[in-house]
Amino acid sequence: MLKSVKTGFGLACVFAVMAGCSSTDSEQSGQEVVNQTDIEAPVETNVVDDGEALAPLENVVYFDFDQSLLKPETRELLIRHADRMRSASGSVRLEGHADELGTREYNLALGERRANAVRDFLVLQGVDAATLEVISYGEERPAQMGSNEAARAMNRRVVIN
Amino acid sequence: MIKRLLKTVVIIAIASVSLGARAQLVVDITSGIDDPTPIAISPFSWSGSGVLKEDVSGIISADLRRSGLFSPVPKEDMLSFPKTPEDVVFRDWRILGTEYIVTGRIEPQATGYLLTFDLVNVFGQHKMFTKQVRGGQTQLRDIAHRAADEIFEAVTGIRGAFSTEMVYVQEETRGGKPSYVLMRSDIDGARAKQIRRFNAPVMSPMWSPNGQELAYVSFETGRPAIFRENLRTGARKQLTNFKGINSSPTWSPDGTKLAMVLSKDGNPEIYVLDLVSNKFTRMTRHFSIDTEPNWMPDGKSLVFTSDRGGKPQIYQLTLATGQVDRLTFDGDYNARPRVSPDGKTLVMVHRNRGTFTIATMDINSGRMRVLTETTLDESPSIAPNGAMLMYATKRGDKGILAAVSLDAGVKYNLPSQRGDVREPAWSPYFD
Repeated sequence: MLKSVKTGFGLACVFAVMAGCSSTDSEQSGQEVVNQTDIEAPVETNVVDDGEALAPLENVVYFDFDQSLLKPETRELLIRHADRMRSASGSVRLEGHADELGTREYNLALGERRANAVRDFLVLQGVDAATLEVISYGEERPAQMGSNEAARAMNRRVVIN
Repeated sequence: MIKRLLKTVVIIAIASVSLGARAQLVVDITSGIDDPTPIAISPFSWSGSGVLKEDVSGIISADLRRSGLFSPVPKEDMLSFPKTPEDVVFRDWRILGTEYIVTGRIEPQATGYLLTFDLVNVFGQHKMFTKQVRGGQTQLRDIAHRAADEIFEAVTGIRGAFSTEMVYVQEETRGGKPSYVLMRSDIDGARAKQIRRFNAPVMSPMWSPNGQELAYVSFETGRPAIFRENLRTGARKQLTNFKGINSSPTWSPDGTKLAMVLSKDGNPEIYVLDLVSNKFTRMTRHFSIDTEPNWMPDGKSLVFTSDRGGKPQIYQLTLATGQVDRLTFDGDYNARPRVSPDGKTLVMVHRNRGTFTIATMDINSGRMRVLTETTLDESPSIAPNGAMLMYATKRGDKGILAAVSLDAGVKYNLPSQRGDVREPAWSPYFD
């Protein structure tokens, strides 16, 4: 965790320099920087710092083919989600999805298994299970069209809503 | 070979068919068997006034060609157009190598048409049968398909399935948003019409054994739920609304039960719903994924997909004892089984060197055979005569339907002119 915070911070500085930022937003917390570098488009997003308001967390986590194992970076992100969920009210929907490979009904089950993995991890972090609703769309609602691995990687996901 | 003479076939007017519905799927034959039987469907006479709305002899030709077992003689190659067996000059047809000739006469009726047609064996120089098919004003295509069924059966000994239909899911974009349509068409893709349009995904359509109802999964309530719908009246009923997955409905052969998948217990399990008593019975107990049930024709067991062995494979569940036996061992991904009408063959989605293809397996010997060469094949659905299956595949990024014979000899595509199509379900016989 600590190591990736450092790497993330370093990367964010590079991006900030590339984007021509002044030093005024350099007091952003390391945590937020990690988040921004974990997702792929950091250049513009970490320029704005709205005072005390929490920056929105990335709400999509991705999986390998036919897998529901949480990747290390997913766990870090979910820990940060859990921190916020514990102090927030209202319920959260965990939408599980699969890519186009394999059969539709099996993929419905796979989408649910992924969303359950996210739910179980959040519950381990102290989030009330009653506030989490799991729903699977299988491969019926792809985030990206196209029969290629780039699109498929974006479709094997759980969306935290 | 069956040589019944003068059997009268009457088509009773079933559901009214919407006029002017354009065909949205067009047949594109990609391969047939090496020695298809040459047959000539001589253009039929019409004793009424005006011009018929459909080319009946042309539809019969197209049906027989699509089966892959026949090579109909093109109209341009015919030396004459005999209208009765007595008109046939056998020498002319022998020169062309034609083995069978069909002659026919269409007459107007008070409310429709009567087709009288004859099947003639060229080399034996004899008439095999004369039959009649009657139909309403919108049923010229039905008349043609019924005649094709009779010809097909007389020559091959296999019951024809040209009069059957299919349902499938069509995805379109409307105002920038996806729209999901449950479609119904003749098995040749003609007369496609909408059953129902949805704003949320719809999947897994399945025919009831009597061909009058569908079961399917719709997300319209915000979650997957199983519905049954009467195709004649449009009456519809939501059958399940459990937490989690409600999916893969499949009717028992006697139509009194529906097997399905529910994950209300924490993970997907196979259930059977008794449609008379409305009682759900849990059939599997395993922490893995159990899904995609399909009935054996005797109604005594189910085949289904499970990853209880680590990867998706096909298993058989004996209902009386609850015993589960693994059926597939070839490859690391076998799923969505369907059973042939004689109960001897499984068809499934099989991963073969990284690509998803349709394969059959002889249940007795366990011998597997890959039928298709495309890479994203899914949702196989077998014809009621067990000769062919329809499946979904991709051409470019577009979903299309395709068909292949269970012996892999015959293949054709049914690309859609509009939207993406998928999940074909071949109807049972309607009589």
